[in-house]
Amino acid sequence: MAALFWESLIKSLIYIVFLLTSFAYLTLTERKFLGRFQSRYGPNRAGPFGLFQPIADAVKLLFKEELIPAQADKILFILAPILTTVPALVMLAVVPFGGTGQLFGRQFSFSIAGDINIGVLYILAIASISVYGIVIAGWASNNKYATMGGIRSSAQMISYELALGLSFVTPILLASSMSLNDIVKAQMPVWFIFYFPVGPLSAVIYLIAALAEINRSPFDMPEAEQELTAGYHVEYSGMKFALFMMTEYIKMIVLCVIAAALFFGGYHGPGVDTYWWLGPIYMFIKVFMLLFGLIWIRATTPRIRYDRLMALGWKVLLPIALVNVVITAFAILLFPGLGSG
Amino acid sequence: MSVDWIVFLSLAVVSVASAIGMLLSKSAIYSAINLIINLITMAAFYLLLGAPFLSMAQVTVYAGAIMVLFLFVIMMLGSEQSSGQNLVPWQTPLSILLSVILIGALSYLLLDRSEFLTSASKIAQDFGSPEAIGLLLFNAYLLPFEVIGILLLAAMIGAIVLTRRPKRLDEALSSGADQNLAEDTHATD
Repeated sequence: MAALFWESLIKSLIYIVFLLTSFAYLTLTERKFLGRFQSRYGPNRAGPFGLFQPIADAVKLLFKEELIPAQADKILFILAPILTTVPALVMLAVVPFGGTGQLFGRQFSFSIAGDINIGVLYILAIASISVYGIVIAGWASNNKYATMGGIRSSAQMISYELALGLSFVTPILLASSMSLNDIVKAQMPVWFIFYFPVGPLSAVIYLIAALAEINRSPFDMPEAEQELTAGYHVEYSGMKFALFMMTEYIKMIVLCVIAAALFFGGYHGPGVDTYWWLGPIYMFIKVFMLLFGLIWIRATTPRIRYDRLMALGWKVLLPIALVNVVITAFAILLFPGLGSG
Repeated sequence: MSVDWIVFLSLAVVSVASAIGMLLSKSAIYSAINLIINLITMAAFYLLLGAPFLSMAQVTVYAGAIMVLFLFVIMMLGSEQSSGQNLVPWQTPLSILLSVILIGALSYLLLDRSEFLTSASKIAQDFGSPEAIGLLLFNAYLLPFEVIGILLLAAMIGAIVLTRRPKRLDEALSSGADQNLAEDTHATD
């Protein structure tokens, strides 16, 4: 019991440190790639190839003045960045980053919370409460642009949560389990993305709905610069603003890790059965490819109009996701080998 | 055992405190946030009782979806600036009376008629797991499940019918100068 506790503690520490470092370098990666997409260099002044840019940014933000608007609700204004960050950090506790590893003569699993049978539901539950930070930030700022951003964000998240939840059903049915460990294991020979047509369809629905869930371009209406200046975080400065930025990038990583686990075979790859340490490396490669895709989408697509966004969520994604679930269920009934997992 | 007690007691304190906070907060937003905390502690209680599926459903449905709608409505209507005066003066004494009766009845049942309560039995290994709940819902309780499904569908269709604008108003809006208003209502659809 005590050993298990220490193991979880060490794993969580490593995970948090790794996630925060990846966040810092994801900002740099994104700026570099965006620069290249737009035929410019991107940041290249701080250190070799601009590698110290995240550190310079962090130091700058640390020394900025922390402003709290006079008319703001102080408690909620300070609480909101924390409420935004925590769900993003705890969401990946159920995802296996690798198989079973061996270190110092004892076996350990690569997921922090271990193998729990409601992993997918846990992700959905955390996703559904992660909207509060943004909504409360918008309201507590007592600024009309911020409030508009918060309201838009809550409407958007409610609308896309349904399609998101339904896109999870296909992998659950194919693996006949809600545990992410089982879902990854069920993709041992063939990844779920190759189960035509249900796999690719639900993967696309997942990616679109998750992009809308994390308010990422082209669904970044809650912080549309041209209309709302910056949306819900317009009144925030210094480290509180940094927390919002951090959450945004960590949510990108979370999105890609879950996509990799549900549709792209998780930690599987050639040779992972013999060498356990290959698992996290394969996971990293897959997540990096998906992140590159997200940056590509941001660089090349315009933001869609708000009523189109709502129409897309309710009138296109939700019906397709429902039909997809029905097709998957029928396919599993017709070919009993499919859902054995 | 002692760890269980510490977890339970701390959760109970948070739960009761957030419930009282919800009742006594002046601002509707604070009330809603207290209610969210309360619902999440309820989910933690379910987890302690060995019902993980129910716990996650509680967080997703109540703490997540429903309370977001509450906050959404409070912000849209701006009702957080309530005037402070009680518009329904008989509500407070009535609610106190009713809760006293409820607590009295509950404690009578628990303390005096405790023979109704069976002693705690060992629960099955897969109690409250997604598989067990699914089997129960689709075998033993299929009819109630389907009836609830149809009821919810009817409510949904009713909401769509009620919020749909009549045709004549639509035409008047699109022909008139009130183009902005039409767009605004579209955005909140």
